Amino acid sequence: MATLKRTVEVALGTSGIDRSGRAVRSPLTVTENGGVSTLEPPPPIEPQLEGEHMLINIGPQHPATHGVLRLVLELDGETVVRCIPHVGYLHCGFEKIGEYRQYNQIIPWTDREDYLNSIGNNVAFALGAERLFGIDVTPRCVVLRVIAMELSRIISHLVWLGTTCIDIGAFTPFLWSFEQRENVYKLLEDWVGARLTTSATRVGGMAADIPNGWMENLNFFIRNFPKTIDEVDRMLTRNAIWVGRTVGIGAMTGEEAVNYGLSGPMVRASGVAFDVRRDFPYLDYETYDFDVPVGSHGDVYDRYLVRVEELRQSVRILEQAAKRLPDGPVNIDDHRVILPPKSKAMSDMESMIHHFKQVMEGARPPLGESYVAVESPKGEKGYYMVSDGTGKPVRWRIRPPSFVNLSAISKMVEGHLLSDVIAINASIDIVMGEIDR
Amino acid sequence: MKSRFSAVIPGSAAPDAAAPVTQRNVPNRGGPANPSAADLQNRFGSAIKRVDVIWGETIVYVDPAAVKEIIQWLHDDPAQRYDYLSDVTAVEYRDLERLLEVVWHVRSLPYRRFLRIKAELRKDRPLEVDSVWSIYKGADWLERECYDMFGIKFKGHPDLRRILMWEQYREGYPLRKDFPLRGRFSRAEQLRQALSANPEARYSMEELSIAEAFEDLPEDMRNRLRGGERTGE
Repeated sequence: MATLKRTVEVALGTSGIDRSGRAVRSPLTVTENGGVSTLEPPPPIEPQLEGEHMLINIGPQHPATHGVLRLVLELDGETVVRCIPHVGYLHCGFEKIGEYRQYNQIIPWTDREDYLNSIGNNVAFALGAERLFGIDVTPRCVVLRVIAMELSRIISHLVWLGTTCIDIGAFTPFLWSFEQRENVYKLLEDWVGARLTTSATRVGGMAADIPNGWMENLNFFIRNFPKTIDEVDRMLTRNAIWVGRTVGIGAMTGEEAVNYGLSGPMVRASGVAFDVRRDFPYLDYETYDFDVPVGSHGDVYDRYLVRVEELRQSVRILEQAAKRLPDGPVNIDDHRVILPPKSKAMSDMESMIHHFKQVMEGARPPLGESYVAVESPKGEKGYYMVSDGTGKPVRWRIRPPSFVNLSAISKMVEGHLLSDVIAINASIDIVMGEIDR
Repeated sequence: MKSRFSAVIPGSAAPDAAAPVTQRNVPNRGGPANPSAADLQNRFGSAIKRVDVIWGETIVYVDPAAVKEIIQWLHDDPAQRYDYLSDVTAVEYRDLERLLEVVWHVRSLPYRRFLRIKAELRKDRPLEVDSVWSIYKGADWLERECYDMFGIKFKGHPDLRRILMWEQYREGYPLRKDFPLRGRFSRAEQLRQALSANPEARYSMEELSIAEAFEDLPEDMRNRLRGGERTGE
């Protein structure tokens, strides 16, 4: 007999749950004005209350907006008629600053845009810069980068899960997910010495190889983490409050989602299996065996299901990567791009020259440009770099997935209640550092 | 719990789409171009200025006047189906003689193709190009950002105003090369403006026109609102 059963089993027949315990879903219907809604048509409004619209301001300093997002809402009673988002409160001009930095000096800035996915951004930037330099990294580096990207996906999805639970009114999954997130941060700290701002990659390699014994810690995490996913799944997936707050909220059809440029779990929840790892692979992702989870309704509930399933798929990828990690060097053997080891720089003339040239001028890519997109936890994250042959890029552009995903919020919240705005905003998984840059 | 996900399908691409692999040993110039580039040249002729392949990515330089038509065709044609707009941005070179480039990154999800479309704009003329908002709704904020940072006007955009900088921002367009890294105004002036801003109390006239607060506005402001005016531009 199970000793501790921590799940909240809801009584069958609760509204929103069918007899088998699954969420009741009504199919998407197209409304008269061409929009899509899973909501019942609203009851007739009391005529004496009609016509008086209210202006409500949420943010920029509001915990439920996940940063400094400001939403100005036009309300009819409690129903949202129009939503005008305002962004830019965190704008720091990363792209401008990047034009005054060498390629390796930009890597710390990539930590700070999507700060929940910092090591993933480091890898993405390094991939973009390496295409611009025409470099292929070593096999060991490729696998290490896959491990880094999947760990950062787990971190980001766990933060999303925890904060969204808090927004919608569940506190416990927040603690469970943040406990596991701390375990990933311990792994990262052992590897690169920092928890959040990792700056883990260099153009042509990594800042550091993994320390001795690190793979055992990773395997321990891989073995234990799925238990937490299952616990959260049991806690939320059939929870009447969770289902009631998320099913049918903020639905987008697949065509709409693609047309609005949504990416990541947002577009996959709408039934479009667009995953950059699968469709435009990098880092040998085509050789890993993993599924791309796809929703069918495109509402907040499906986005939750997709993200939870992605956690499981990330664990699968981590398992395979841990098994195939080859020996060998992490950095490429080209000291025009990557710094020679300090001992050689102090004893070998040629290495010292390379060291000096790189520190003073920076590595110089040939003329050209590159756009490398990766599947960040939020969606398609792209770095577009243009080189004019000097050590600093002419243009460094971040394609921010949260920014484009958030631009659809006005469409998603229309016709929903004020409390649903919080759930929809949470489901987009925004990071304002990335949106404002 | 795992059985809850029935709809795990391997991809949205068409069955005959090329199987994707990680690119390796990509040459700097040349290599196979995206087949859509040749189709574009056949269809539009002189509106396609030239086609470059750099690091395996196909770049199509097009006539700025024909951009919307070309992207519309790419979006609608059943053999192309570029249904996903990744990015809209611009590039200004350090060499100030060079033209300013507006860049569209589009993807064809069914055929797994990626294309970069560029239109070159002369700086001595008004920086204007057609908006693709009517084709891709996702262009809304991307074009606003491009306008905000470079001052490129996207004709046909429904709501072209600043997005990252505030609407009263008067220093110019930050990502232009003639804009200094520290900004045009002195630190003291920038600080004064930042302190005087009260973001939560600031509503655009459009927003105020929603509210009952409209009746409390001064008469001249109400008249301006009725005339359809907005703050900012």
